[in-house]
Amino acid sequence: MVRPRGKSHMLDYMRSNRREVIAGVVLIVLLATYIGTHPRGASTYVMTIWANQCLILGLAACAQFFAVVVRGIDLSVGAVMALTNCIGSYLLDGSAFGMAFGMVAVVAAGALCGLLNGLIIVFGRIQPIVVTLATASIFIGLALLLRPTPGGAVNYDLADGATLDVLGIPTALIITGLVVFAFWLPFRRTGLGLGLYALGSSEQAAFQSGIDTRFIRLAAFTLAGLFGGLAGLFYSFVTTTGDAGIAAGFTLNSIAAVVLGGVLLRGGVGTLVGALAGAFILKTIASLMFFSGIPSLAQPLFEGLILAIAIAIGGADVLRARNKLEVFA
Amino acid sequence: MLGRISFDAWMPFIGVIVLIVAGSFFFPQILSAEYLTQQLQIAAFLGLLATGATIVILLGHIDLSVPWVLTGAAILSTALVGSGNPILSVLAVPAALLFGALIGVVNGIGVAILRIPSMVWTLAVNSMLLGVAVLNTGGFNPKGESSQLMVTMASGDLLGLPVSFLIWITISLALTYFLIRTPFGRYLRSIGFNEKATFLSGVSTPSVVFAAFSIAGMCSALGGVMLAGYANQAYQSMGDPFLLPTIAAVVIGGTSILGGRGGLFGTIGGALFITLLTSILSVMQIGDAWRNIIFGVIILVMLLFQTLRKGAAP
Repeated sequence: MVRPRGKSHMLDYMRSNRREVIAGVVLIVLLATYIGTHPRGASTYVMTIWANQCLILGLAACAQFFAVVVRGIDLSVGAVMALTNCIGSYLLDGSAFGMAFGMVAVVAAGALCGLLNGLIIVFGRIQPIVVTLATASIFIGLALLLRPTPGGAVNYDLADGATLDVLGIPTALIITGLVVFAFWLPFRRTGLGLGLYALGSSEQAAFQSGIDTRFIRLAAFTLAGLFGGLAGLFYSFVTTTGDAGIAAGFTLNSIAAVVLGGVLLRGGVGTLVGALAGAFILKTIASLMFFSGIPSLAQPLFEGLILAIAIAIGGADVLRARNKLEVFA
Repeated sequence: MLGRISFDAWMPFIGVIVLIVAGSFFFPQILSAEYLTQQLQIAAFLGLLATGATIVILLGHIDLSVPWVLTGAAILSTALVGSGNPILSVLAVPAALLFGALIGVVNGIGVAILRIPSMVWTLAVNSMLLGVAVLNTGGFNPKGESSQLMVTMASGDLLGLPVSFLIWITISLALTYFLIRTPFGRYLRSIGFNEKATFLSGVSTPSVVFAAFSIAGMCSALGGVMLAGYANQAYQSMGDPFLLPTIAAVVIGGTSILGGRGGLFGTIGGALFITLLTSILSVMQIGDAWRNIIFGVIILVMLLFQTLRKGAAP
């Protein structure tokens, strides 16, 4: 039988990607409100600043996604960002060749941090939450060794190139597009990409189907570190200094972002696109606050309330459970 | 009772002895009674928070709202005392404890009823509390002062031992009794092992979750009241540096982060170990950077020792 094409096909797609679709719709509504209320409207300038802020947290959320999808958590995301940011503040200046090397080195340092996490988790058999709690302390210590006080410099031309716009389109949005279309969509179909979901859904089933679960877990945490490094690199471009004190906020916000984007903390469900959308939503809310006319002292409360409401709505799935036992999944 | 205590729970105590012996080679004053009782006094603040965290972690959850429950309780109690009204001043400590229990109920609603993972829900509760505190105090350090009772709780002495230490140990003993001797304790740990099976055996699992988070909230609030008594004031973000050491103290004490396995005895050792380690590192005048690195490495080594000792078991 030939499946009817068109409308119902579209509905099927939306149903199977319900979480991402919801996150996408929320993001569009928020962004429209933001542009509508911003005194300068939808200028390239406004969009560029917005996109830069979103992408920093977006990359951090990508890092968190890779840990969460294999049923782990990475409490060192912010610390990896702080460390790579401090490394970047030394290496991202000088000759063109030197800066290219610097960018690779910064991202490689992030991947190395992730690999270290993965090695301890896999071969030390300790829970990811505890391992990354301890390594976060080590990474922050290393970052403080490099930059006891915020400082250093990043080449302005390089930083501008990464954080301004190309033909009116914010570079940050182009990078986001590259992450999704050039990395995530092809990656998802590879053996490793499928293995992440297999491991996150059921480690035992994955193991018994012959998947090398240790390799997959190592790869997942290395990817988490790599994206942490990318986040640190982009943060360096935006701020053009190195600061060891940025860790705490980013770790917690990256967790909130992946949850808002429909990635389940119990593993195996969610996509990188969702994680990015969650991060963009969080940052757009924060930007909206800024221009909303709410007294500045009340803004942290509103941010907290909105975060709680958004997460609670995500939890409303429970109310639709047909059988009380379903909620214990 | 000692027969129930695993080797993992003894480990931090061994670590404490190693730290004292090794530290005394470099700084003989570490062996003085004055230094050691001071450590007991300071360890009580972290210890109380870790006591509450142990209850929640045994349940298989985690409470990230500790920092602002602590700060909120400190702000509330110092503000009540600072109002100058003698009745409000007497109510300061009970009001702070009630506040902690109330936030515990809010945490419980999200975790037990809405089934939101505790890691994100308590995080959201934490940021809401931060928002309320900022709105209330205008972002400045809150006005107020500590009552005589709060100061005594934090800095007083009884029979040569710090009052704060005695409060901490009394609460730990009382909760240990609840964990071992009452159905509540058994349900708590069985939910940590397998919530579905516990529910199917007829246990009202939500009420256990509510009770556990309320106890944790009260522990955090008590810690906040005592810290306010110690510093004679409340200040913004006073709780933030405590969150991660609290979790570290619990897991070093042999409580499984997955829930179900562990107890408060190990947590006492964990809190003592972390307090002593932090103190010795600062006595040695080691910079912030190296202190972070050594702290992380030692926690990792202790955890690796715990798992590798068990050999090939998963």
